Amino acid sequence: MDKLIEILKEIHPDVDFETENALVDDGILDSLDIVTLITEINDRFDVSIPAEEIIPENFNSAAALYDLITRLDED
Amino acid sequence: MYLTNILEYLEKTARELPDKTAFSDGDEFKSFNVLLNESKSIGTFLASEGYYKEPVVIFMNKHPDCLSAFFGVIYSGCFYVAIDSEMPQKRIELIFEKLSPGAVIYDSKNADRVNLLSGNFHKYLFDDIRESVSDDKLLGEIRKKQIDTDPIYIVFTSGSTGVPKGVAACHRSVIDYTETLCEAVGFDRETVFGNQTPLYFDAPLKEIMPTIKLGATTFFIPKQLFMFPIKLCDYLNKYRINTVCWVVSALTMISSLGALEKNPPVYLRLICFGSEVFPIKQYELWRKTCVNARFFNLYGPTEATGMSCYWEACRELEPGEPIPIGKPFRNTEIMLLDENGREAEPGGEGEICIRGTCVTLGYYNDSEKTSEVFVQNPLNRAYSELIYRTGDIGKINKHGELVFVSRKDSQIKHMGHRIELGEIESSILTCEGVRQACCVYDAEKKRIISFYTGNLTPEVLTKYLRDFLPRYMLPAKCVNLEILPLTANGKLDRRKMSEDARNIEV
Repeated sequence: MDKLIEILKEIHPDVDFETENALVDDGILDSLDIVTLITEINDRFDVSIPAEEIIPENFNSAAALYDLITRLDED
Repeated sequence: MYLTNILEYLEKTARELPDKTAFSDGDEFKSFNVLLNESKSIGTFLASEGYYKEPVVIFMNKHPDCLSAFFGVIYSGCFYVAIDSEMPQKRIELIFEKLSPGAVIYDSKNADRVNLLSGNFHKYLFDDIRESVSDDKLLGEIRKKQIDTDPIYIVFTSGSTGVPKGVAACHRSVIDYTETLCEAVGFDRETVFGNQTPLYFDAPLKEIMPTIKLGATTFFIPKQLFMFPIKLCDYLNKYRINTVCWVVSALTMISSLGALEKNPPVYLRLICFGSEVFPIKQYELWRKTCVNARFFNLYGPTEATGMSCYWEACRELEPGEPIPIGKPFRNTEIMLLDENGREAEPGGEGEICIRGTCVTLGYYNDSEKTSEVFVQNPLNRAYSELIYRTGDIGKINKHGELVFVSRKDSQIKHMGHRIELGEIESSILTCEGVRQACCVYDAEKKRIISFYTGNLTPEVLTKYLRDFLPRYMLPAKCVNLEILPLTANGKLDRRKMSEDARNIEV
């Protein structure tokens, strides 16, 4: 989780990712951020996120995103 | 009788196809007839309030209603300036200083933002004026006085000194652009556009003007979908969108995240892109998926109305070959000029200069900046003839096609937006505690990196910049240094910083 927060902090240093749970709905993340996140997650977690998992529910909070990474890592 | 007013497109189409949807966001479907009537109502309202030949700001979120406001402003003989809630407040203030608008039309979502603005202008809620009684006699009198060199809009673009520049364009230029664009790429009445670009640029003219000319339909795709490729393709298929004119990054988002295989957009038959380099691997993925679609690379500056050149993808590109810009639209000439204002050698590099009706009226309220780039054609000393110097360096390849080579200055293209790095630097320098600043573009990783000196943290600076700069202009990373590297001559060493930028993580 710390590793993920670190990635997110690099994109948005001014956001509190521990508590924020509307990253998509409140417009904090944009399309460039999503692409950057997916690339970084691929590089640092060795997890590739398939297109059908790129949905708002999985990106609204650091926790949701971490769940996704864990789930994909187990598969 | 030939066309002298852009509204004649709308009036003709509303007669022929009154009930067809002109613009939609998927929730509201605005027919040509409703669009026409609302535009006339708003035009009548503005005219009876005494507005004429002046800028009227439209401060509304992207929605079919915006078009009623735009055309309403044109009916009144004024010109529209679109402002969007995505724009940072400080930038909007700079634009208002430049315009000194007398009237602002806003929607309820932006009421608070409008109230924050100072200035001697009247505010009108769109919903309050959309159903004003229209007065054909009054609108007819305005029409009679209008000529085709009167402006219809101002679009703001990045300015290197930190103040955005407002490009004003007239009926004549927009009609010329609409006619020649439709002819070059083959839009028709069956065209269903899926719009991606914000309405405060010239880019959406590609969809708006052909829609009213031909009786086509434009869908404004919700911005959020451009983060979620499968959902975006669902949307394209649901509304049978067959034509897109998108920035390259929007197309590559779909292809690079694997959505083309899982959920291909099946109705696409025309794909126009431009404004930046299309990574060849992604380009090939698109070509392989949409085998029946025609692909066009479009090129052109805001100062020449919209797009000026096109290239249809109909031959294989050699490895490493950039996608050409191609050739100019009819009634536009591209000249490649060297530093002395002479024609470049055959096959040699030169500044891309544009000649034609498409050349706009220049920068609003800024004759100094205008005269720097809207200049007398140096190849013609005999009579007055303005050309626009783009600052882009180009050359003609062995196929006789125009190719973009580089920029003369520090202007960059990022996420499809044209950005002056100097504007970002100027904004950073306004922040208390910053001493020096330099911005570079890492083209490979597509990110802006800023280096600065001063006693504040990158977090504080980033937060500060959010008030000044639109999202796409924010540096991906601000790096605090003790001193900025200098060249032997004591100038900022931009080359060194560009190299350093490549090695910085995120």
